[in-house]
Amino acid sequence: MNALTAIGEALVLIGTFFYFLSALGLIRMPDVYNRMQTSTKSATLGSLGVMVGVGIWALGTDFGSAAWLTKTVVIAIFLLLTNPISAHALIRAAYKSGVPLWEGSVVDKYREHLEAKEREEVEETPAEEGGEE
Amino acid sequence: MGEASKISRYLYTVIVLFLIWLAITASLDVQELGFGLLLSLIVAAFTYEIFTTNGLANLNPKRIAYMIAYIPYFLWAMIKANLDVAYRVLHPKRPIRPGIVKCKTVLNSDVGKLALANSITLTPGTITLDVDEDEYFIHWIWVPDEALTESEEEHVKASSEGITVPFEKFLKVIFG
Repeated sequence: MNALTAIGEALVLIGTFFYFLSALGLIRMPDVYNRMQTSTKSATLGSLGVMVGVGIWALGTDFGSAAWLTKTVVIAIFLLLTNPISAHALIRAAYKSGVPLWEGSVVDKYREHLEAKEREEVEETPAEEGGEE
Repeated sequence: MGEASKISRYLYTVIVLFLIWLAITASLDVQELGFGLLLSLIVAAFTYEIFTTNGLANLNPKRIAYMIAYIPYFLWAMIKANLDVAYRVLHPKRPIRPGIVKCKTVLNSDVGKLALANSITLTPGTITLDVDEDEYFIHWIWVPDEALTESEEEHVKASSEGITVPFEKFLKVIFG
């Protein structure tokens, strides 16, 4: 038991705590958007903590080597770069397929934006038809 | 920002691939290094066209320095985000006031916009819903009072200050 092992164990413990929060957030939040919100953030930082923690933990043991740390750090970076993109794709798909916002929501600027775009298209179409005649 | 020459883009791709190979194999054996270099050269020949448009200009020391400074800043923002989530999930009254707000950005490059969207998703209470030119639509878990005004301009200003501006000073230098 040395300092590196202790740090690694602490990081893994913190990571699992954030995993727990992420699961609890899925139960407690009222709609898709808020659930994505809590689960994405906590799961990403939880994974980061667990992976880097395992890398540091292995440095302190007899069988471990520096290769553990570099590999876990690479995995953590890939996860950090890809997780928010999948969250964005899921939340956008949810909005496009018409999942409603929670009734407590205060503003929805995206709806206004989409409606303004539709109106522009409707205004443009008759003008083009008129041009063809 | 014009496109760099093909050679410079190719070399940049080789360097990045080789660095990834170094980290994954974690060995300085000559045979491993040689084979890694060979693989990087082959893979880069197929992928450099979609990988980068700036080439070696990305290795500008100022950009690298800002990138290194950005890492602790970003990690700290992420830890704050998670403490924020912990507070909202564990609080018995579940203090959320969600809404979708609109922000404007000053970034021009596509990679910069991607990095900003990723940063927004992983930091306190916000998640990117859609990006349209220079407008970001962001789902915010606690919309503050300043962003609830009727006026469109004030809304965009308030929400941008809360969400995008803290990252832009770094990302503007890194990606332009």
